[in-house]
Amino acid sequence: MGDLCRSQVYRELVSVSLGEETTLVFQVRIHGRGGQGVVTAAELLAQAAFDEGRHAQAFPSFGSERTGAPVVAFCRIADKEIRVREPIMAPDAVIVQDETLLRAVDVFAGLQSTGYVLINSMRTFDELGLGEYAAVGDRFITVPATQLAMQHLGRPVPNAVLLGAFAALTKVVSLKSVNDAIRDRFSAKLADGNCAAATAAYEFVAQQLEGSARV
Amino acid sequence: MFKQVEGSRAVAEAVAACRPEVICAYPISPQTHIVEGLSRIVKEGKLGTCEFVNVESEFAAMSVAIGASATGARTYTATASQGLLYMVEAVYNASGLGLPIVMTVANRAIGAPINIWNDHSDSMSQRDSGWIQIFAETNQEAADLHVQAFRIAEELSLPVMVCMDGFILTHASERVDIPEQEQVDSFLKPYVPRQVLDPANPVSIGAMVGPEAFTEVRYMAHMKTLSALELIPQVAKDFEEIFHRDSGGLIRGYHCEGAETVVIALGSVLGTIKDVIDEQRENGVSIGALGIISYRPFPFDAVRAALKDAKRVVIIEKALSVGIGGVVAQDIRHALSGLEIHQYTVIAGLGGRPITKASLDDLFNKAVVDDIRGLTFLDLDQELVDAEMKREAGQS
Amino acid sequence: MSTTPVKFYQVGSFAVGNRLLPAAAGSVQSDMERTNALTSGHRACQGCGEALGARYAMDAAMRAANDQVIAVNATGCLEVFSTPYPESSWRIAWLHSLFGNAPAVATGVAAALRAKGRTEVRVIGQGGDGATVDIGFGPLSGMFERNDDVLYICYDNEAYMNTGVQRSGATPAAARTATTQAVGPEPGNVFGQGKNVPRIAMAHEIPYVATATVADLRDLEAKVARAMEFRGARYLHVLVPCPLGWGSQSCDTVKIARLATQSGLFPVFEAERGEVVSSTPIRQRVQVEEYLKLQGRYSHLFSPKRRDDVIDKLQAAADRNIKRYNLLPEEEGDL
Repeated sequence: MGDLCRSQVYRELVSVSLGEETTLVFQVRIHGRGGQGVVTAAELLAQAAFDEGRHAQAFPSFGSERTGAPVVAFCRIADKEIRVREPIMAPDAVIVQDETLLRAVDVFAGLQSTGYVLINSMRTFDELGLGEYAAVGDRFITVPATQLAMQHLGRPVPNAVLLGAFAALTKVVSLKSVNDAIRDRFSAKLADGNCAAATAAYEFVAQQLEGSARV
Repeated sequence: MFKQVEGSRAVAEAVAACRPEVICAYPISPQTHIVEGLSRIVKEGKLGTCEFVNVESEFAAMSVAIGASATGARTYTATASQGLLYMVEAVYNASGLGLPIVMTVANRAIGAPINIWNDHSDSMSQRDSGWIQIFAETNQEAADLHVQAFRIAEELSLPVMVCMDGFILTHASERVDIPEQEQVDSFLKPYVPRQVLDPANPVSIGAMVGPEAFTEVRYMAHMKTLSALELIPQVAKDFEEIFHRDSGGLIRGYHCEGAETVVIALGSVLGTIKDVIDEQRENGVSIGALGIISYRPFPFDAVRAALKDAKRVVIIEKALSVGIGGVVAQDIRHALSGLEIHQYTVIAGLGGRPITKASLDDLFNKAVVDDIRGLTFLDLDQELVDAEMKREAGQS
Repeated sequence: MSTTPVKFYQVGSFAVGNRLLPAAAGSVQSDMERTNALTSGHRACQGCGEALGARYAMDAAMRAANDQVIAVNATGCLEVFSTPYPESSWRIAWLHSLFGNAPAVATGVAAALRAKGRTEVRVIGQGGDGATVDIGFGPLSGMFERNDDVLYICYDNEAYMNTGVQRSGATPAAARTATTQAVGPEPGNVFGQGKNVPRIAMAHEIPYVATATVADLRDLEAKVARAMEFRGARYLHVLVPCPLGWGSQSCDTVKIARLATQSGLFPVFEAERGEVVSSTPIRQRVQVEEYLKLQGRYSHLFSPKRRDDVIDKLQAAADRNIKRYNLLPEEEGDL
């Protein structure tokens, strides 16, 4: 699993300011299993960034396409053209769509010291045995995305839902952009459910952050 | 119009805007999304009378393209890797018959061992086939090069291969300015064949040519291909006038002028290279990059002019000439013959292995002080190799 | 007054057409206005069955299509002897690409014509048995499966003749070729199950499949005309003896083709959408031996020792065809 402190981490500090042009890139790595829409999630995130007038690059890590196999997708967001094409090894944010991956894959590898982690789970970081990460503060959060998806969508597909949570957590994209991207991509009925779930996830996270807000 | 779109989709839309009349393709990773996209566009009736033929093999795909193009239809197909090899007989036939077919090659490694990921071995295997080969650096350029390709092909009456890195470009979602129909219509005139199958004016195409004339036929093909060295930049210039962006051409330098060390590459890896170049230059290193867009015909003069003042060149190659080394390196060597320039070949990215900034940074650091060998395999797992060789030795 | 129906046979020199028939009922070849698609000057061998068949077939196609035909030719004898650069014997729009892709190239031509709204122009694909039965088989099947609007004609001389008489998937059992020599305990080609492309074409359920030979040229013309009445994939398989490869006299080409049909070894029939709709009955049945002994490629069956075991097996194959296609309707079940 990897200890954050021991992971190889680039020591550059990355900061993101919404609405200000920077020359920096925000890198997101999404982990999931084949069939969970991991690539779609990366593409939706890219679409959301595009809608906000930014540059975005989304691509899968090209493993064998078996349902259930661990898959990774990447998304870079920046204010100018993104030229680099390597896999994201020092992410600013990690999204984990399937908590069973925590035992199988080093999902935190390379995570920036100021990085965000969003895990699809009903349990807390403590309950997941990742208490030491949660201690870092309000950049690490778990969201019951599958449950929210079941509730609003009727299917246990957490990918778009987690983007709503991501928007609240990182503020790299707005909820509106996420929902617009969802509407753009899915049929009306599916879009409705996904937007509702994404919004619910957004509110869930916003509430949590408020609750643990520091001065 | 700007869209956030997968590379394959951008290419499909760009090709559709070129008003093809016959599209025929056999699916192979990683080209599938391109032909699926076009199939959908045709089926929705957006391409008028365009015929989309689902063929039973890549050999059939190129053959159907030959028949269609010879009948005067603007024709398109796409393939990669094993599929390209399977159609090779027809690939040579198409260029020999002077048919302006445009084909996307979604660059992928060739087996054995079977590997579906990116490298340039497929296109490189066809460098002598008489096709024009152009390499896209980004998905924007991939879309644009297809538009330019139809123009180049039809003006020369030669087929054109547009090469784009499989998965890395085809499956990456990026911001692309999709060529608008009006723009393409003003750039690309309807296809007027040099010769055509028409009962009204019957001709026999595909005669058997004996020793007494074969050399002359090939010489003329040679000269025609060389004339592309002038046509390609002209087409890129015309493209810029209508589309207002720099796409295509023969080569593209990046801080090349005055650079002591120049890194040469084709395709998408140039993006990563440029980021590293910027960082190195910030640290005072005299280094630049040269992207080769037109690989065939190879722009010897342009390359020589761009590199003549460099001390050394580092060629990042995504293909291996087994037992020899680089493929592009051989062309570079020819371009720079007589000049005192150190040449380093780096085989990288074979079978889709990611080429990372860190590895390139380390490589360039060594290269600029001439601390690398003539031939390097980037990120080679020497331990694994040693263990394998030991195992094989133990077996004998 | 009672009338007696008179059957017109092609007799004597099998002269083209019949001067007693009204012009409209005459053969295409007897027509002064025929295209002469494959004109004189080509380099075929004396007595070449393929040159004969191709000329008849193509002129019939041109007439049926109001001269609107594009032909796609596979590599092989026909292509090689007709287009030695800078000459061409073809007076029609004609394309040669490769050995194994004629059906696919024809598909491409048809697709282009459809895209351009010029479907009055008809497409003919043609090739020898090698190009059709073996190397072009995949594309042929693809063309059938898509029901592309192409009439494909196979001129079957039962081996790769142009390259020196090597065995193809169409080479009959026991025949000598350069790669199935008449040596050893089992001289000549093996007794396999064969590769019956007309039946394979029928299995694709395409609109029209037919067989013909250069022994009955009126029938060949009629079948081409019939095929041209259909749209979609059509297949015509024509037996064309090759004096060189078969080791026969150049003056015996038509005779040998007739013996092939009259022995039952080559059944002549038509099929639509997978069902046989007509077959040409045998007029004067002969034993296979009559057919075999005119050909050097079977000489090892007679000398130095008569191989009755082999001849009997070939006879059995002929008998099977007669039964299967009902080639002797008066003799029901009597073999």
